Amino acid sequence: MIDAVIEIRALRKSYGDLEALKGIDLVVRRGEIFCLLGPNGAGKTTTVEILEGHRNYDSGEVHVLGHDPASRDRSLRERIGIVLQSAGVERFLTVEEVIDLFRGYYPHPRPLDELLGLVGLAGKRKSLVRRLSGGQVRRLDLALALAGDPDLLFLDEPTSGFDPSARRGAWEIIAGLRGLGKTVLLTTHYMEEAERLSDRLAIIAAGRIVAEGTVGSLRKQHAGTMISFRAPLEMPGFLREGGLLADGRVTLETDEPTRVLHEMTHWASEAGVELEELRVAPTSLEDIYLGLVGSAEVASE
Amino acid sequence: MSELALALRQVRYQNRAFWRNPTVAFFTFLLPLIFLVVLNALLGNDEGQLPGGEAELSNFYVPSMAALSIINACYTSLVMTVSIARDDGLLKRVRGTPLPGWAYLFGRIVHTTLIALLLVAIVVAFGAVFYGVDVPGKTMPAFVISVAAGAAAFSALGLAFASFSPNAEAAPAVANGTILPVLFISDVFVRIDDPPRWLDILGDVFPVKHLSEACQAAFNPFETGTGFEWLDLAVVAAWGLAGAVLAVRFFSWYPRE
Repeated sequence: MIDAVIEIRALRKSYGDLEALKGIDLVVRRGEIFCLLGPNGAGKTTTVEILEGHRNYDSGEVHVLGHDPASRDRSLRERIGIVLQSAGVERFLTVEEVIDLFRGYYPHPRPLDELLGLVGLAGKRKSLVRRLSGGQVRRLDLALALAGDPDLLFLDEPTSGFDPSARRGAWEIIAGLRGLGKTVLLTTHYMEEAERLSDRLAIIAAGRIVAEGTVGSLRKQHAGTMISFRAPLEMPGFLREGGLLADGRVTLETDEPTRVLHEMTHWASEAGVELEELRVAPTSLEDIYLGLVGSAEVASE
Repeated sequence: MSELALALRQVRYQNRAFWRNPTVAFFTFLLPLIFLVVLNALLGNDEGQLPGGEAELSNFYVPSMAALSIINACYTSLVMTVSIARDDGLLKRVRGTPLPGWAYLFGRIVHTTLIALLLVAIVVAFGAVFYGVDVPGKTMPAFVISVAAGAAAFSALGLAFASFSPNAEAAPAVANGTILPVLFISDVFVRIDDPPRWLDILGDVFPVKHLSEACQAAFNPFETGTGFEWLDLAVVAAWGLAGAVLAVRFFSWYPRE
């Protein structure tokens, strides 16, 4: 495939007895923002760290910009930028000194002023890193990852721990990278983040990819309406078959909400059963995500 | 930029960051001077036995504090700063850039070595001004070589022991726990006239005493030759080599999980 920036085939990785990745296949195309979505411990960070060259893998094939990251070619590292979940910076250098230091590592760095503007740190250029707030340090992280004008950018949970307004600010910056023609691989456990930013996404759970596609295609694969209520003591057969029971609630996905709701309420009033906490709502991505992750985790136990 | 230019640039930035933290800079430079003053005050600058005859004991303290300065600036500080930088994820971040690993470590080692050299110069100048200890003349080359060998060896050992420190919190314990006992059995603070034989042998095994003796030869007023203590330098070099091998084998850029 010509425009694949990342290609992973049958990737496996174990830590002792723990199988962190159980055969992952993934393709990220040039110029897209690709979200790897999953709960903590699903294998997101392991996957990304293998792609970054920070971690070895047991078996499978991995290509990043045509290189095997495990070989740690310098020419590959010249073309990627990495924002780790947390990574220290020299605290007694100023913002512009640190960015300049990192720019020097790359053959074709982006101009300093442009980087400062891109992440909104122009006003802090003379500040020592130790004087920055947590959010400002995260923006510096991004500036350092972009210092070499990379073709491919890894963002590992770039907004975890952000307050809602800081998250929105970060989203704007990341969405702005699309305009620079960068390919971005972003991991997150926020569905909303994936929905907002991703061109395509993959959901990883218990070391496997359980869904892949666009937000739209994911929606299409699932019924549009969700009906749920507190499980009654007695349940009719048609509910027991179609309803997913979780947290003491019956949950139904359907594309015919009118008919299903009619049958249900008809049965309930006939049987004298109250459908407590009845809720009817369009299926959210969060619902789809939790459904996929939940069944994958149950299957792996 | 060539790899060498990148490595030298690392030294510059390390140096700049070091001087920005005045507390660290101040105490790094004050420590050996405090020791020098305290030892002279405590034990007296009387005549004492040196190899070859009797002379004022400051002829012993100045070179031994020079050795301490090297060990402190190279070994102790590298064990701590590298282990903290690793735990912090700073090393991991660097590892993800095209900067060659050796260039980064070169930056740290050369910076600490330069600090060590400056410290030694200050200690020697302080000794000359306040205690009238002659600055080595004919033995100067031997002193410079000893200092350089010490800085290289203790930097390598610093990297090796930084690899053995599991996390930032453990770093001071690893650094002090390894070096303080050795300093005491190595005639650095006090010249022990009649040590128990096993302690003497134990002191001979480690590199501290040999570095201290190599430095002392250059300051000994009874030294008639060039002041090169080849056997001592060989032991220091052997330890340095062992440290380098261990560092190459066990060094990690990643925080322990």
